[in-house]
Amino acid sequence: MSLTRPFLLAFLGAAVAQAGAPPKSILQRGAYLVRVGGCNDCHTPLKMGAKGPEPDMTRMLSGHPEALKMPPAPQLPEGPWGWTGAATATAFAGPWGVSFAANLTPDKETGLGSWTEAQFLQMIRTGRHLGQGRPILPPMPVPSLHAATEADQKAIFAYLKSIPAVSNRVPAVVEPVASH
Amino acid sequence: MRALLLVAAAALGLTPGTARTLPQPPHLLTQTGLYSAPGVVDARHLAYAPQYPLWTDGAAKSRWLHLPAGKDIDGGDEDGWVFPVGTRVWKEFRFQGRKVETRMIWKAGPRTWVFASYAWNEAQTEATLVPADGLPDAAEVAPGVWHRIPSRADCRNCHGQESVDMLGFNALQLSPDRDPDAIHGEPLQPGMVTLDDLVARRLLRGARPDLLSRPPRIQADQAATRSVLGYLQANCASCHRGDRPLPGLDLDFRHTSHLIRGADEPGLRTTLGRPSVYQAPGAAGDPRLSPGVPDQSTLIHRMASRRPAAQMPPLGSALVDQEAVARLRRWVADLPLAASH
Ligand code: HEC
Ligand code: HEC
Ligand code: HEC
Repeated sequence: MSLTRPFLLAFLGAAVAQAGAPPKSILQRGAYLVRVGGCNDCHTPLKMGAKGPEPDMTRMLSGHPEALKMPPAPQLPEGPWGWTGAATATAFAGPWGVSFAANLTPDKETGLGSWTEAQFLQMIRTGRHLGQGRPILPPMPVPSLHAATEADQKAIFAYLKSIPAVSNRVPAVVEPVASH
Repeated sequence: MRALLLVAAAALGLTPGTARTLPQPPHLLTQTGLYSAPGVVDARHLAYAPQYPLWTDGAAKSRWLHLPAGKDIDGGDEDGWVFPVGTRVWKEFRFQGRKVETRMIWKAGPRTWVFASYAWNEAQTEATLVPADGLPDAAEVAPGVWHRIPSRADCRNCHGQESVDMLGFNALQLSPDRDPDAIHGEPLQPGMVTLDDLVARRLLRGARPDLLSRPPRIQADQAATRSVLGYLQANCASCHRGDRPLPGLDLDFRHTSHLIRGADEPGLRTTLGRPSVYQAPGAAGDPRLSPGVPDQSTLIHRMASRRPAAQMPPLGSALVDQEAVARLRRWVADLPLAASH
């Protein structure tokens, strides 16, 4: 007993570590990559602060706010201006229609909560919605994520799974008007 | 050489740090073992036709399976046969009578699967390996609409990532209890194998003893329901399956062998009267399938669309399967209005 107990505990400890949260170093790496990768620039809505627009960290990485219903995008005249964005920097209108930055928090229903790591990697590899659907729309920088090593992609996913969950159902894409 | 390898790794989506050495498919179709002489398919291969085919822009198809000599299929799990290492399957696609591509799946190791497609030349004498990104303009299938040979990543979107499935060479697809109403059903040609032949030739091991007396069959009271569920199983269940769910969707078209009652078929359970996340432009609150009202069924709307954000399936075809849409519309129109499962 006295001999097996520490063994058992060590074994259990390892098992728990495996089933539970990833090591801190991986989460830190993921947090670092999310910062330098600029994910907040589009996935955390801007709000008006004392010194101008600033990211609303109560909604960190939760995507385009559900309550903010966007009116039809302005029609741009012919010319070099190609696309427009919402003041929150979470909705984007262009030739692709209107895309909305996704909820990257671990909320089960509206965020990445029910995604598997494999699905996240497949999304990056294929550039397809949920890894298997329609092509992901601009300006989501899939190629930049694709350039990261698989270990870094996994670290990003692990970090996103560890941040506070925010329930926020991002609107579905709006198809371009010209399509039939 | 090194540069080439790196390019291949990048195309497979493997970053240099993690690149596993995947066996490369041969450069020419004639090097894959499909033919025994020019234009002559090796007679030892098993020709077959799944009872519920995949729609690919109206392509005509032929299929062959090669099992290594002396090896058999482990049929212990009726819903997931295990093929011996060395298995190869080919599928030839023809448009307007001309061969356009031949796809191949090769089980190169216990967990290693190689996907490849070969594009046929003008003279129809040889087909060459298509790059990993696929080939956009392989054949004009309607004025201005081109059939695209899928990328290898897209092969795996349907056939599976780690765990790969044969979608046409399985118990339901080869059942001798063939659905006479299957949408685009292909009649069996002489020499094509079904479960009977696999059992008789001892190529299938471990299957249940009553496999042939109680052959696999979609459970449905109505012939129309049976053929619709069969179509959805073949064309949609590769992505919409309960055992590998898409996040937050709960949509499942996969027939499994333990189903006994029609109402249990997930293709009904997860669609009839069920709320749909997707809504057609201008619509709100339409269910996936609205019994009696095909026009308010998002599933049919998506099948009838080839707009990128709407179309189902999202890849693999450029043309709407009009015949299937018509059959589904009729079936939904005939469903009793109150049928909420
Ligand atoms: C320039 C703006 C922008 C940046 C920067 C950005 N995203 Fe996105 N992201 C988007 C938009 C827009 C969408 C929605 C695209 C769509 O619906 O097709 C999206 C969607 C996603 C999705 C959902 C994909 C799917 O399957 O539909 C994930 C996951 C994601 N982003 C992760 C990230 C991560 C991680 C980073 C940082 C490395 C990041 N994004 C940086 C704009 C951005
Ligand atoms: C849209 C989904 C989809 C895509 C994309 C797809 N397949 Fe398939 N494939 C199927 C289905 C469903 C079947 C079985 C039905 C049939 O043969 O008509 C099948 C059958 C096959 C077969 C015969 C063996 C089997 O599984 O039944 C081969 C070989 C094959 N596919 C290779 C490929 C290759 C290689 C690619 C990529 C170049 C590819 N497929 C892309 C869905 C797909
Ligand atoms: C290659 C993978 C793939 C195939 C094959 C596929 N789908 Fe989908 N499907 C998806 C993805 C990913 C989504 C979720 C994203 C979206 O709605 O676009 C989806 C969503 C749907 C939805 C929306 C459900 C909802 O509640 O919003 C319906 C309906 C649907 N698919 C029907 C079908 C039908 C019918 C087929 C076959 C004719 C099919 N799908 C084949 C990948 C696929």
